[in-house]
Amino acid sequence: MKLLIKNGTVVTPAGEVKADLLINGKTIEKIAPDISENCKVIDASGKHVLPGIIDIHVHLREPGFEGKEDIESGSKAAVAGGVTQVCCMPNTNPVCDNAVVTTYIKHRAEEVGLCKIHPIGSITKGENGESLSDIGKMKSAGAVALSDDGKSVGNSQVMRLAMEYANDFNLKCLCHCEDKNLVDGGVVNEGCNSTLTGLKGSPRAAEDIMIAREIALSESLDIPVHICHVSTYSGVDIIRSAKARGVKVTAETCPHYFILTDDIITSYDTATKVNPPVREEKDRLAIIAGLQDGTLDCIVTDHAPHSVKDKEVEYSIAAFGISGIETSFALSYTYLVKSGLMTLSELSKKMSAVPAEILGLDGGALEEGAVADVAVVDLSKKYVIDGKKFISKGKNTPFNGFEVYGEVLYTIVDGTIKFKR
Amino acid sequence: MLQRKDLLGLKDLSAEEIYGILDVAREMKRQLDCKKTERILADKALVTLFYENSTRTRSSFELAAKYLGASVVNISVATSSVQKGETLIDTGKNLDAMKVDFIVIRHQMAGAPKLLAENVGASVLNGGDGMHEHPTQALLDMCTLREKLGKIEGLKVAILGDIKHSRVAMSNLFGLKKLGAEVYMYAPATMMPKEIERLGAHVCKSREEAIEGADAVMGLRIQLERQNGGLFPSLSEYSRYYGVNDGLLKYAKKNVLILHPGPVNRGVELTPQVIDGEKSVILEQVTYGVAVRMALLKLFNEYRENNL
Repeated sequence: MKLLIKNGTVVTPAGEVKADLLINGKTIEKIAPDISENCKVIDASGKHVLPGIIDIHVHLREPGFEGKEDIESGSKAAVAGGVTQVCCMPNTNPVCDNAVVTTYIKHRAEEVGLCKIHPIGSITKGENGESLSDIGKMKSAGAVALSDDGKSVGNSQVMRLAMEYANDFNLKCLCHCEDKNLVDGGVVNEGCNSTLTGLKGSPRAAEDIMIAREIALSESLDIPVHICHVSTYSGVDIIRSAKARGVKVTAETCPHYFILTDDIITSYDTATKVNPPVREEKDRLAIIAGLQDGTLDCIVTDHAPHSVKDKEVEYSIAAFGISGIETSFALSYTYLVKSGLMTLSELSKKMSAVPAEILGLDGGALEEGAVADVAVVDLSKKYVIDGKKFISKGKNTPFNGFEVYGEVLYTIVDGTIKFKR
Repeated sequence: MLQRKDLLGLKDLSAEEIYGILDVAREMKRQLDCKKTERILADKALVTLFYENSTRTRSSFELAAKYLGASVVNISVATSSVQKGETLIDTGKNLDAMKVDFIVIRHQMAGAPKLLAENVGASVLNGGDGMHEHPTQALLDMCTLREKLGKIEGLKVAILGDIKHSRVAMSNLFGLKKLGAEVYMYAPATMMPKEIERLGAHVCKSREEAIEGADAVMGLRIQLERQNGGLFPSLSEYSRYYGVNDGLLKYAKKNVLILHPGPVNRGVELTPQVIDGEKSVILEQVTYGVAVRMALLKLFNEYRENNL
């Protein structure tokens, strides 16, 4: 089966080119002007052709929390957002701390058959922070990384041993950075707005201390480590100086950290509650600078869908998290590219090629011979975000009413159209 | 006069609205003193919905409502049932279905009154939400200051104690600033909320600095569990370095007023001499508390009759 995408602007590793893109089976056969082929054709005139987005920080909630999301609804939401590959976090029920759960997720992903889904195994059994999960067996079953996302491994010795053992299996730890004692029940950024609202604040130091610890471990062991969802200006600085010393650290951030500030919490809208919390303008600007200079390697969503009952409660007991997989491209494009902070090629790398490289996944670039994971987007199409219209079961977004550009028209996975608007 | 269904906090109120409430409270105090109150709330129902313990605030609201002729039902919800029990929204909708006119809510979580107010037709009065606001307490404090000192504009008010966990301090800060008073605060750093100076407070470096030239000194209750949380070493140390005693009051204006929202820890935040001394208006605050709550019920009742 062949598929020809004609007359689009193709975002390649070498930059943007006006070209046609011919897919043969699961592979990109040719990128060139004026390709003629007697096959199905997508007219991409005036549109952009991007490598499919690779989101390495997603909560699909299955097994166990299917009221919030499941692998099918999460996959549908992913491809609607131009996402072709997803790495899903292990804080399910049961936790993905053994090969049975890893295998189940892989199996369900194949049954659903939309985007590629790579399970992330937990670092410790039940994310209890004490004893190592079945790391080797999970790797054999298809796990691509390890994380106790939702919390840090509190005990530094356990974390050290985990990094050493995981490295034997060529698995990277993706570190959620949060000193639980210092967070002390905080639900928003500590600062003027936490005082104003009476909502308990969590200081930057709670995140920074753990970022610094993971970097210290990585540096002393010479083992790569990846820092999840960086939200603080000071955390960006810690990572920047570590990279300058040659530490094998990579880091991610999310659209809400480079778009929002904690001014939004004054509404007490629980859709704004996320961990780590959105912080202040100087953090937001530092996150952008970190993305620009490469301190922050990639953009992920931390897609955290929740049901209405998890969110329509008092702010202090509402669930943390933002449903973001359907809006990440449009938000990132609007706030980073359209606003002139980076080029479309640079953004595309941060959403596709770099995350693929961090976890050693196949794909992430449009070039001849590469896997045919593609998104076709209309960058001129303006629309207003409305969480009620999300395909995801999680309608929880703080971006309702935001005007964004960049609508996903087609998502192609392994050469097959999996989403068409 | 009030153009709102609910009283969630003083941050939202204008100076005119606050003065309007204080004016009506003055009349209510007069009625209360001669025990001749108008039954303007006959056929009206008020529920106190308390997720935290309270003696003073709840009985004050209950009496205020009853003096005006309303029916009152008190509901206490155990803290433990907040997460596993009925949601706040469902509880509110049930009260609405029982044709309740006013709900006074006290809740350990900031923003809970707002969530309730957005989901019920009844008027919601915030009886204290977490570390956020306790507007009726601040209104009664301002009422006391105004009646005793004649005005609020230009006053220097010192607030000492556990400011971080005090919704009373927050509501007083918002209210007093709106009426042109200045608020000086002093507390151990562990009990001072971050960046409160950006909200208009003067954060002081000593008790003396806070009390210097003050027209009123307000002590806030120190809760024993804060000691267990490591915020200060012991009550005796707190009292020695952060408490208010007669010696410190020499720095204040001669006719300084001593206020405290209660209940008082005698000998901790204030010495017994200060609590019982001639400058103390702590018990008068309690009377103004009933008057202020009567005023609020009257005004919100008028709003409801005119708008709903």
